[in-house]
Amino acid sequence: MTDHDPNLAHHFDTPAQQYAAGKLGVWVFLVSEILFFSALFCAYAVYRANHPAIFFDGHLFLDSELGAINTCILLLSSLTMAWAVHAAQLGQQRTLVACIGVTIVCAVVFLGIKTVEYSQKWEHGLVPGADFTPDMHYVQEKLDHHGHGAETSEELNARLLNLRTFFGIYFLMTGLHAFHVIAGVGVLVWLFVRAWKGAYGAHYFNPVDFVGLYWHLVDLIWIYLFPLLYLIH
Amino acid sequence: MVFGAVFFVIVLATGGLDTGWTFYTPFSTTTTSRVTAAAAGAFVLGFSSIFTGINFVATVHTMRPPGMTWHRMPLFIWALYATAIIQVLATPVLGITLVLLAVERLFHIGIFDPTIGGDPILFQHFFWFYSHPAVYIMILPAMGIISELISVFSRKHIFGYTFIAYSSIAIAVFGFLVWGHHMFTSGQSILVSMIFSALTFSVSIPSAIKVFNWLATMYRGSIWLATPMCYALIFIFLFGIGGLTGLFLGALATNVHLHDTYFVVSHFHYVMFGGTLIAFLGGLHYWWPKMTGRMYSEFWGRISALLLFIAFNLTFFPQFVLGTQGMPRRYYDYEALLERNPQFEFDHQLSTIGTYLLIVAFVIMLVYLLHSLWAGRRAPANPWGAATLEWQCTSPPPHDNFASAPTVGDPYDFSHLRYDPETQGYIIDANRQPTDEAPHPDAGRAEA
Repeated sequence: MTDHDPNLAHHFDTPAQQYAAGKLGVWVFLVSEILFFSALFCAYAVYRANHPAIFFDGHLFLDSELGAINTCILLLSSLTMAWAVHAAQLGQQRTLVACIGVTIVCAVVFLGIKTVEYSQKWEHGLVPGADFTPDMHYVQEKLDHHGHGAETSEELNARLLNLRTFFGIYFLMTGLHAFHVIAGVGVLVWLFVRAWKGAYGAHYFNPVDFVGLYWHLVDLIWIYLFPLLYLIH
Repeated sequence: MVFGAVFFVIVLATGGLDTGWTFYTPFSTTTTSRVTAAAAGAFVLGFSSIFTGINFVATVHTMRPPGMTWHRMPLFIWALYATAIIQVLATPVLGITLVLLAVERLFHIGIFDPTIGGDPILFQHFFWFYSHPAVYIMILPAMGIISELISVFSRKHIFGYTFIAYSSIAIAVFGFLVWGHHMFTSGQSILVSMIFSALTFSVSIPSAIKVFNWLATMYRGSIWLATPMCYALIFIFLFGIGGLTGLFLGALATNVHLHDTYFVVSHFHYVMFGGTLIAFLGGLHYWWPKMTGRMYSEFWGRISALLLFIAFNLTFFPQFVLGTQGMPRRYYDYEALLERNPQFEFDHQLSTIGTYLLIVAFVIMLVYLLHSLWAGRRAPANPWGAATLEWQCTSPPPHDNFASAPTVGDPYDFSHLRYDPETQGYIIDANRQPTDEAPHPDAGRAEA
């Protein structure tokens, strides 16, 4: 009873069983990830239902263009990831490596743009939590620019409080998402190295498939985050 | 798991945690005790729960042996499957709740802080959304063990296999719908409380279905009071009391008086200790021969079980009384409380004596189990005459468990097993007739 297939772990009877078990396992893991984000979406729903003004004001400070570019970049990365899985299944070694590489590049660009966005917020004091000390002129200017300026200083203070809550939620949701992108980049780099060394082909492509599933979820979560945070009218 | 435990050791070594395991805000977001470290530890431990759940779901779906259809799985596996589903769905919510707590402490984001528009009750909702299903994670495997024990030690096919199997799934589903019953006095609306109360009553039904099926299994069975069976019977009694007292707590009017009293403490000890731990002990004694290859002393096993039963009731029944009389839980100044309420003292003393007896019972158990490891009789492959697959290999099992794939049949069909007095175990005898020898060592006569 020898393992002639080096990719078959000894507790599985056949490669097909190994693939089925792994695939189901990754899907169940994705479900747990959705539950992990669920409390944040729930908090969003609660605050948005009770205090719609928070979100209206808040979105004025987000750069929808950058957000849209990021959305396109992640969608592109999902495409290249799916293409990588396809290439692995067909044994197309060079295509596989190239696609994983482009996926990593897209992810890094996404993180770069997020860094730009975050640093813009930092500059104007729109940071989460107790250090929330926004540049008042900037705030007033932004609100006026969109035709929703504050009439009195009490109103401005109330709306600043709202802004603080909004940015708490914004940084929590996009921050947790970015953390998952960073973790994804780490895993993708590992996958890249293994693919470069020729570990994957038509006979064995499980890790490419499973990492692909994870990456699609990361993309999907951003696709929900973008309109909920950036595109409110 | 070790990594998570390290966090908790750090917590203990640097001043401890004073919020209680429930971490309620706003105290937990403002106290100086080691909340963030404890939350980090619990977060890490949560991963072990989630990955176990993922593992079991994938295993049950894709790695059953040939011939084991879903309805030929042992009920213990059904119970573990339902538990795995809860672990996967509920634990991440605890994860994010702990992250939010830590983030609030470290960065003052303000989600739970009312002074900046947050809501401390939101924390309770997030926390209990996990923590109620968590108790079903704790009880479902225990119930699975009881299903195995009752059938084997009644020498009778489990009654209502399908009902028991699907009741585990029902408990998993319904368990997600009742978290608000921990929050009846939190200020949530009456309507919401009424809905949670109704759902809480309905979640007791699948558990009751199991108890009735176990009793029906025992009816006209040949009862073998081996130590595992003693624990199974103790379970039914203690879990019965625990479950029924849950109904007192689930009813809104009585909950107002019983919330945060010793009644709650006693209720959950009856279900968690009298339920989960007793079932664990039953399983320990059941699988001990399989795991270690040794038999322990039946005499001392039964003595210990009896003593445990008496001691447990002595410890926890008085706490129901204390709770109805108003004794609060987590009380800081016990002496002052007793000075003002001398009527509480007697029941507390009964409870304390009960704990001393519990210690004696556990010490006896430790001694005879350890003793069995070097001086116990060598265990046969199947000492209890069970029909599940683990009894088809030697005790303890060899490295690969089975030299070749085992034959899968009905896990509760004992008709082909015959007691062999020489090996003091059961062997497969396809030609066994109903009028052969006594079905088990305790039986006075052969089966009719």
